[in-house]
Amino acid sequence: MHITLNIWRQKDRNSQGGLVTYELSDVTPDMSLLEALDLLNLGLVRTGVDAIAFDNDCREGICGTCCLQINGRPHGPLKGVAACQIYMRSFEDNATIIIEPFRAKAFPIVKDLVIDRSAFDRIIQAGGFISVKTGGAPDGNTLPISKHTLETAFDAAACIGCGACVAACKNASAMLFVAAKVAHLGRLPQGQPERKQRALGMVAQMDSEGFGACSNTYACQYECPKQISVDNIAFLNSEILRAKIF
Amino acid sequence: MAKTISLYGSSIGQKIVSAFTGLFLCGFLVIHVSGNLLLFKNDGGVSFDHYAGALSSSVLIRSIEILLFAGFAIHIFWGIRGWIFNRRARPKNYAEYNPSESSSLFSRIMLLSGSIVLFFLVVHLKNFWVPIRFGAQDLSDYDLVRIAFQSPLYDFFYVFCLVLLAFHLRQGFQAAFQSVGLRSLWLKAINMVAIIFWLLIPAAFAAMPLYFLLAKGGR
Repeated sequence: MHITLNIWRQKDRNSQGGLVTYELSDVTPDMSLLEALDLLNLGLVRTGVDAIAFDNDCREGICGTCCLQINGRPHGPLKGVAACQIYMRSFEDNATIIIEPFRAKAFPIVKDLVIDRSAFDRIIQAGGFISVKTGGAPDGNTLPISKHTLETAFDAAACIGCGACVAACKNASAMLFVAAKVAHLGRLPQGQPERKQRALGMVAQMDSEGFGACSNTYACQYECPKQISVDNIAFLNSEILRAKIF
Repeated sequence: MAKTISLYGSSIGQKIVSAFTGLFLCGFLVIHVSGNLLLFKNDGGVSFDHYAGALSSSVLIRSIEILLFAGFAIHIFWGIRGWIFNRRARPKNYAEYNPSESSSLFSRIMLLSGSIVLFFLVVHLKNFWVPIRFGAQDLSDYDLVRIAFQSPLYDFFYVFCLVLLAFHLRQGFQAAFQSVGLRSLWLKAINMVAIIFWLLIPAAFAAMPLYFLLAKGGR
């Protein structure tokens, strides 16, 4: 396969940056997109050009590190898949692929395709945890949880914090990420004592980081590699309403 | 966990305010369309004039009118405020961005559809509400409506704006329930009731100018 890559290159946080075109041959359909970038980087380094910086870690779709905007969509053309699980067979021969970093005020670009997502860490620090002492592992069934509650909490817990929701949202809102964390812990018995402070603290931090507000386009749910439901956003909204009014 | 938020200052608060005011305005649409269906009664406008006269002279309706204007003002102000807030969250746009894959057009053009509906509202108030409310015309209320709807150009503008209202409500009605946390609980019921708001009510309003233009031939 031969592909043309239009890749965002930016020297550092304060540089201007722009799309640079690269031609890449010897690509095989079974190569992942990240492996194609590795191949491109190998060629660039050999010619004395700076390698393209991009975040990646597990390459198994579970760590959420590979945050790339591919042809205008977070994580590329497939549903429910992280960028590292995109294989070149998803593209036509001689295709042009545009790769950009996720764009949001709260996700400043560090270099090329690498962004600083520490805003998510600070949101978690503002309440996305349970601080009670849990002691040793309890005996089975000492803490009854209904099947439905368990399933919905677990679905929310599947969030890998990649930031695709922010990237997909026209408002760069982090509502799906925050909602997934609040819904995950807020639905379980262990999360009840800090339930109110958790929702208020995380939303306050989310707003102060510069993320936009949710305007219910539900693009986040569509693009989320873990298919986190916007029902979690409704849960978060009701948590805030309950915390502030009731 | 020391941080907290004020409900109205937060990103979620602004959606909740938009949701409650939006649902209040939806309630107004039901009452408005119900009364105006009297235009279709073939009695030369006697029933409609009686209804419009009763509205103008009712102290209760005039008090509710103030609430209604406040509802519109808050909904519009919070909508524009939210739009500005959201624009700041992505200072640099993507070179390539494909939102049509992941979201509906209605959901992405709420400010545009809302702005056109606002423009329509101003024209609508000037043409109908001001003369009826302040009684500065010799025509009956029915004749005022009838003559206004004789203009094909005005009718086209009227129907076009109602299509935009339909777009606005297609997204807005269910979104209001999402913003107050109830959408997932009552999804089927909300989607069914939403049809009344985004399809039937705009269609009923649009039928009025078409009725006078086509069926009545301006009579």
